[in-house]
Amino acid sequence: MYQKFDVVIVGAGGAGLMAAMQLPNASVAVLSKVYPTRSHTGAAQGGVAAALGNLEEDHWKWHMYDTIKGGDYLVDQPAAEILARDAIDAIYELEHRGLPFNRTPDGRIDQRRFGGHTRNYGEAPVRRSCYAADRTGHMLLQTMYQNAIKNQVRFFNEFLALDLLVNEGRVCGVVALEIRTGEIHTFHAKAVLFATGGYGRAWRVTSNAFACMGDGMAIAYRRGIPLQDMEMYQFHPTGLYKVGVLLSEGARGEGARLLNGKGEYFMERYMPTLKDLAPRDIVSRCIIKEIKEGRGVNGEDYVYLDLRHLGEKVITEKLPDITEFARNYLGVEPIREPVPIQPTAHYAMGGIPTDNDGRVVIDAQWTPLPGFYAAGEVACVSVHGANRLGTNSLVDLIVFGRRAGKHMARFIAESDHVPLPPHHEDFAREMVDHLLTSKGGESAARIRNELQGEMLEHVFVERQEKGLQHAMETVAGLQEAYQKVQLQDKGKTFNTELVEAIELGFLLECAAATVHGALARKESRGAHYRLDYPERDDVNWLKHTLIYKGEGACNARLAYKDVILIDDPVFKPKERKY
Amino acid sequence: MKVTLRIKRFDPDKDAKPYWAEYTVAASPVDRLLDALNTIKWTIDGTLTFRRSCAHGVCGSDAMRINGRNRLACKVLIRDVGEKVTVEPMLGFPVIKDLVVDMDPFFHKYESIKPYLITHDNEPGTERLQSPEERARYDEGTKCILCGACTGSCPSIWGNPDWVGPAAIVNAHRFIFDSRDQGTAERLAILGQRNGVWRCRTIFNCSDACPRGIPVTDLIEQVKRAIIYGDRNID
Repeated sequence: MYQKFDVVIVGAGGAGLMAAMQLPNASVAVLSKVYPTRSHTGAAQGGVAAALGNLEEDHWKWHMYDTIKGGDYLVDQPAAEILARDAIDAIYELEHRGLPFNRTPDGRIDQRRFGGHTRNYGEAPVRRSCYAADRTGHMLLQTMYQNAIKNQVRFFNEFLALDLLVNEGRVCGVVALEIRTGEIHTFHAKAVLFATGGYGRAWRVTSNAFACMGDGMAIAYRRGIPLQDMEMYQFHPTGLYKVGVLLSEGARGEGARLLNGKGEYFMERYMPTLKDLAPRDIVSRCIIKEIKEGRGVNGEDYVYLDLRHLGEKVITEKLPDITEFARNYLGVEPIREPVPIQPTAHYAMGGIPTDNDGRVVIDAQWTPLPGFYAAGEVACVSVHGANRLGTNSLVDLIVFGRRAGKHMARFIAESDHVPLPPHHEDFAREMVDHLLTSKGGESAARIRNELQGEMLEHVFVERQEKGLQHAMETVAGLQEAYQKVQLQDKGKTFNTELVEAIELGFLLECAAATVHGALARKESRGAHYRLDYPERDDVNWLKHTLIYKGEGACNARLAYKDVILIDDPVFKPKERKY
Repeated sequence: MKVTLRIKRFDPDKDAKPYWAEYTVAASPVDRLLDALNTIKWTIDGTLTFRRSCAHGVCGSDAMRINGRNRLACKVLIRDVGEKVTVEPMLGFPVIKDLVVDMDPFFHKYESIKPYLITHDNEPGTERLQSPEERARYDEGTKCILCGACTGSCPSIWGNPDWVGPAAIVNAHRFIFDSRDQGTAERLAILGQRNGVWRCRTIFNCSDACPRGIPVTDLIEQVKRAIIYGDRNID
C-alpha cells in the first residue's frame, strides 16, 4: 500500500514523540513496531538532568562540563552546550505537559544526585536529576504519548521498518511491514526521522528490551550511511545478576554503595571524590577488576549493591520498582539483604551521525543527506562521546528530538516530495520473501544466541586485539549462516518469527560495526577499554570513527572525523579523575 | 525441572477454531514464564505467537491469561505456576493469533477519557507548584502500563465490550485528582454516561490482575464518588 505524508517518524519512544509534537501543522505518520507505550524509553528509571538548582546551586555550564568530561572528551562540545542549556526549558515544558515529577516540600521539582554530575567542575556530587520515583522514563513516555493523543498524531502501530528510500540525493520515504497483516507499505515523505533506539540485545546480559535490535542503524548502514563511534557502547554497572535488568543509578544517587565479596565498599579505593557516583564506564571497570582479582562474592562473577542503610522509607518511596525487581527475579529483599549485580549492556553512545538539528551527516565534512533525520539513542550527535552520563539519555531525547522536529518543520515548508526511486519496494520484498521461502535449515535463535555470547565474552567492558579478532570472525560466520535462516511460520498474519529473523539481520550489522570500530581504535577512552592499549591517546585518537558498510558480509570501510572543541580552557581535554 | 505448557492456539489463516497444544520444556524455577514461551518458540515451534518486549514488567506487552488469571508472562516465575501451566489469550479482546489480541479497541477507550493534562491558564516561566501531598493523591494511577490485564479480567467487559473498562478509568483518575488539571468536569461527564463508571460492579478482578499493584477498584470508586458529589476533593 502507498501513502504520502510530509513527515514519517520511525519509532514512538521519547525522541520520536517529542519530534512529532513540533509538527502540529504537517501531515505526520509515526510508525512503531510496538504500541507506543511499549517503547524502551519507558524502562528508564533514575531521572532526567537539568541544572534547575532547586535544591542547591547549579549551572548549565557545570552540566556541560560534566557531560564533556564524562564522555572522556569525545563529545562535540557545542552539542553539549545545547544539551545542558536546553535541558532546563525542556524540563519545564515536560512539567507543563503533565509529567508527574516528585516534588520538594515547597512544591518544586525534586532533584537527586547521579553519577558524574558535579558542582563547580568536579568538586562534589550535585542534585541535578529530576525524577519520578524510579520510573522517570515511564512517566516521560506516558506524558509524551498522552500529548500525542491530544494533538491527534497519526500512529501506525506494529509496523516494522524495513528500508529507507533515497532518490536524487534525498531521502524520500520508508518501506515497512505491517506485522498484523504481513502487507508491505510504502510511506512517501519529504522528511524521515529515525528514532528507533539502540541495539542492546547484541549482548547476552542486557538491560534492553527484546525490541532493541538496532533497526534504524542497520537500515541506514545498508543504504551507505555511516555509523559513528559504534565501539563506544555503555555497560551499566548495576544489572541484576544473570538477569541483566537494570537497578537504577538513582539507588547510588540516594546513597547505595557497591560491596565486594570481602565486605569492602571498594569504590572509595578507586575514586576518592565521587566514589560510587563516578561515571558508569569507570564503575563497571572497577567491578570487573574486583571480580578478576578474586573479590567477587564467593569467588563468583558478581558483587553487591547495598541499599540496606537507606532504610525502608527511602527504599519504598524513592526506589519501589527496582526493589520489586530484586524481590521478584532474585528473591532478594533489598531492605535487609545486599543485591547481587554485574555490569549489563545498556546504551549505544554511537549511532547515525547527526548535526545539532538532527540532520543526518554522512562524512567527515558534515555533508547532510537532505530529508533524513535521527534522534535519541539511534543517533550520535555526539553529545555522549565515549561514555554517557546517567540521566543524559532522557535529556538527549527531549532536547534533540525537539530540535529535529523543529528543523523538519522548516524543511518541509521549503521542500517538495522527491519522486520515489524505481522499484522502491524490491529490496524490502526480497528480504521478506527470502526469509519466508528459504530452505537453508539454519535457526535464527541459534545465531542470535551465539552472537550474544560472543559479544559478552570479547566485546564487553574490557577488550583486546585477539578477542576482537575472534569476534570479527564469529560475526562474519554468523552473517553467512544468516543467509540460510529457515522459518517454520510461513504465514502472513502476525508472523513474529519473521519479525525476529528480520531484526536479527539488523542486529548482526550493528554488531559488525561495533567490532570494526573497536578493533581499529588502539587506545582506551570512556567505555572503550583496551587491555593492550590502556591509555587514552589524544594525539592520534581524539576523533570520531565513521564506519561505512563494505562489499560482502562483514566488511567495512573506516574514516575519521574531528571532534569539535570550544576555545575555553575549562573544556580542554585533560586527564579524567574523580 | 520439566514444565508442561498447555497453550490455546489459533491461526486465522489455518484454523477454523482455537485448539489446545501441549509443550514440555526444561526450565529453572526462577525462569520467567516468558522464558519458557521463548524456549518453545525458538526450539520447538516457531509459529507460536505472543507479544513481549521489556521482559521485566514495565512495558505491558505480554499480558495473558495464565492458569486462569491475567498476568504478565515476564513477571510470573515458573516456581509460581508449577509444572503444569495453562496459557490463553486474555478474555474480552478479539484474538488475532495465538496469545496476541487486538489492543486497538482498548487504546480507543483510553483515548476517550481525554488522558492528558487539560489546563486553561497561561503556563508559568518555571514549573507549576504541586505539594508532595497533592502529588501523592494521584500516584497510583501513574503506575499504569496499559497492559490490559485489568480490563481483560473484568466480567462486565466480557458481557459488554463497549464498556470503557477499568484501565481507562484508572487513567482518568490520574488526571481528575491531579491538582494541576482543569478538565475534571469534562472527564466526569464522559464517565457519568451509560458506558462510564457505573457498569463497574466492584468485582475486584481488576485489582487482583494489576501487575503494578494498583488498587484499581478503589480508584474506580473514587471516581464514582467524584461524579456523585461533583467534586474531586471529596474522599
